[in-house]
Amino acid sequence: MSDAPASPAPLSDAEREDLRRHGILLTSLEELYNWGRSNSIWPLQFGLACCAIEMIATATARFDIARFGAEIFRPSPRQADLMIVSGTVTKKMAPQVVRLWNQMPEPKYCIAMGACAISGGPFKQGYNVLKGIDRFIPVDIYIPGCPPRPEALLNGLMELQKKIKAERLAGPDAARHTQPDKPSEHPIPEFGAHDLVPPKNDELWQPPTIVRTGKA
Amino acid sequence: MSSSDPSTLNPQLSTPPAWAGGSGPTVRAVHDEFHGDLLEISMGPQHPSTHGVFRMVATLDGETIVKLKPVFGYLHRNHEKLGENTTYLASMPYTDRLDYLCSMTNNWAYALAVEKLAGLNVPERAEYLRIIMGELTRLVNHMCLVGFLFNDLGTSFTPLLYAFREREKILDLFEALTGSRMMCNYQRFGGCRVDPTPEWLAAANKVVQNFPRFLDEFEAMLTGNEIMLARTQGVGRLSRELAISAGITGPMLRASGVDYDLRKVDGYGFYPRFDFRVPLGEHGDTYDRYMMRILEMRESVKILQQAISEMPLGPIMDPKAKLRGFRPRAGEAYGRIEGPKGEIGFYLISDGMPNPYRYRVRPPSFVNLTVLEDMCLGHTVADAVVILGSIDIVLGEVDR
Amino acid sequence: METLEQIRERLLARFPGATVTLIANTAAADQPSLLLDAAHARAIAEWLRDDAELRLDYCSNVTGVDWPDKEIVETVKTTVADPANPEAPPKVVETKTKRLQPGYLEVVYHLYSMSKKHGPVILRLRTGNRTDQVTVPSLTPVWRAAEFQEREVFDLYGVVFEGHPDLRRILMWDQFKDHPMRKDYVSPDDFEWEPTPHGEVLERAKKHYPPPPAAAMNEGGTA
Repeated sequence: MSDAPASPAPLSDAEREDLRRHGILLTSLEELYNWGRSNSIWPLQFGLACCAIEMIATATARFDIARFGAEIFRPSPRQADLMIVSGTVTKKMAPQVVRLWNQMPEPKYCIAMGACAISGGPFKQGYNVLKGIDRFIPVDIYIPGCPPRPEALLNGLMELQKKIKAERLAGPDAARHTQPDKPSEHPIPEFGAHDLVPPKNDELWQPPTIVRTGKA
Repeated sequence: MSSSDPSTLNPQLSTPPAWAGGSGPTVRAVHDEFHGDLLEISMGPQHPSTHGVFRMVATLDGETIVKLKPVFGYLHRNHEKLGENTTYLASMPYTDRLDYLCSMTNNWAYALAVEKLAGLNVPERAEYLRIIMGELTRLVNHMCLVGFLFNDLGTSFTPLLYAFREREKILDLFEALTGSRMMCNYQRFGGCRVDPTPEWLAAANKVVQNFPRFLDEFEAMLTGNEIMLARTQGVGRLSRELAISAGITGPMLRASGVDYDLRKVDGYGFYPRFDFRVPLGEHGDTYDRYMMRILEMRESVKILQQAISEMPLGPIMDPKAKLRGFRPRAGEAYGRIEGPKGEIGFYLISDGMPNPYRYRVRPPSFVNLTVLEDMCLGHTVADAVVILGSIDIVLGEVDR
Repeated sequence: METLEQIRERLLARFPGATVTLIANTAAADQPSLLLDAAHARAIAEWLRDDAELRLDYCSNVTGVDWPDKEIVETVKTTVADPANPEAPPKVVETKTKRLQPGYLEVVYHLYSMSKKHGPVILRLRTGNRTDQVTVPSLTPVWRAAEFQEREVFDLYGVVFEGHPDLRRILMWDQFKDHPMRKDYVSPDDFEWEPTPHGEVLERAKKHYPPPPAAAMNEGGTA
């Protein structure tokens, strides 16, 4: 998953591990920075539907998301790093979700938790259901399930931590928040007469081109 | 959001409600040189205390609420439309997601309505299983409600941790039996899906036997708490007359002193066989609504103990019931049960096709929100949060 | 509780001008209902609530039902004797008449009594058609439980309740133009991408697919 580093590491992992056993800790600023960020992710206290109950269950004693440093659920988007879109996003709710995303400061990440947030899930054919939150905001981790078990959410969080740890601070493949020209806010859709206007953010999401052969 | 489109709106929209029985606004805004302007605040749909994507628009005079309008629809995921486009059986997993804390009772209400429509019978053992599942669900729901209510009072998670610890034990039982923690999809038309083993019943019995001890611990922490008493007693009173007229059901109705529990009134399932009481409140305030939940949990434990010990052997499905190609004859039926939040009912119209012509859910917490404004008038915003918490809403069911 | 026939007779005696029709129910539940006319619905509802025998003080459920225009084909078989050949057996001629049954919207109220603990009594109200005569009297002043539920019927079905204190859209946004629970509602097409389409969804998703290459189409045609 992690690409080749921008500058080659002077020591191999085995050598570094060997030094660590002797009490010498070697690191780079980038690693230290990402290590700190990935272990104190503050999620937004933001529940949409059924998955929110499993998100709360993840935060309570049995699953204890605090073991991963993500127990501080902030009610304000201004203080949050991670938006867990936990549940069905309806068209009536979608503008508020995008607004919350825009209010979060960079660096910020998004987890689409559950089938509804990924694609509309079982409610996909509903007239008021958005078919995936990735039509309006960029999603980092998708967690399938209806609802995903708390263990699945923890797994998704660990995947996100891996992703954060692999981020680069400089160079051509630097993370989004280090590049001022990359957008951190996205246009908020408006309520139209029949649907949202626009129904999707074309810059963020394009349907995959499918060519079905055989019997048309 | 502006509401200026004239074609969709009624011109007489802003007429204030003037209800018979003197339940109109009790507080009036005063406009003189000592009082400032009214302040309109919007709470939600993203707000830590609105229990999901619920929004209320409150008009304040100083800190006092003089008007409060709930705004719905942020979780309107077209349950009824989808129900009309799928078969009867395929709607069963969707009912799990209505009130997502209580999938078992939603299943039960839907199964009951379809059984009324098609004239199916339920074997004795299946009725006992339904009662066990229904009462376990009631425990889960009421525990979580108390936890969330105390969150709204400012305890920041602690009672909720205790509630969820105990909830996990019951969810483990559900998972062992049905394969899923929350979305059980357990009931079928004319019975239940799987038969529990004796080991499962022993495990359930253990959970039930230990539950009163947890409840004592819970109550010792919470019930006599001085802050809790100050914040809830006399707050959000709901009169008996208004509660009946507004169609309030469940613990909220009984907190106002109306003896109406469908387990006793309709006597569905085998509830008449069981010995339990219906707790009634006196004042109809937030404290009584809290106590109703605690007392109902104690009664549920009694029912569970009886049900588990008297459980008969036998089949769990009506042999007449068809799962595939199920087409009830034309007609309509309304079936209702006492869910943890109130009367949950399903109204079905069949035209002889595999899918219902009309599929309607009667959501208890949606109707219970009718009186939110009446209860909040004259109180502060902080109280409105607690009053909303004591109504016990789940948005999956309110907006469907 | 009295049967619905008895209630109907008492209603007709109490409200001489009213039209009260008993609608039978063929399902196993046997829950028949009373169809009221719009002019007397409010008064009848108040009477049902206050009558000492019934005391239907609790309105549990308010529902809209959409009944679109329906074309009914009636086949009438007539036996016609051939005038030229009277000995031959008479011919059976089928004449098909098409009749358009006009659609309407219906509102259903389920009433119970909390004080007497009986029920249900089911009331129905019907609109004139589905387009311009969609007004029925609101029963919210009688049972407040109908307040939000009637708003929902207005929002999703487009029934206008006369006398409702706050008739606005409740679930959809205010700018929304249609009534989505009607049977002829067409939902917005956002099925650009479907991982596992089938049935109706497949048809809708196909509109977004690029046209298949000619070779593939030929293969598909010959297969």
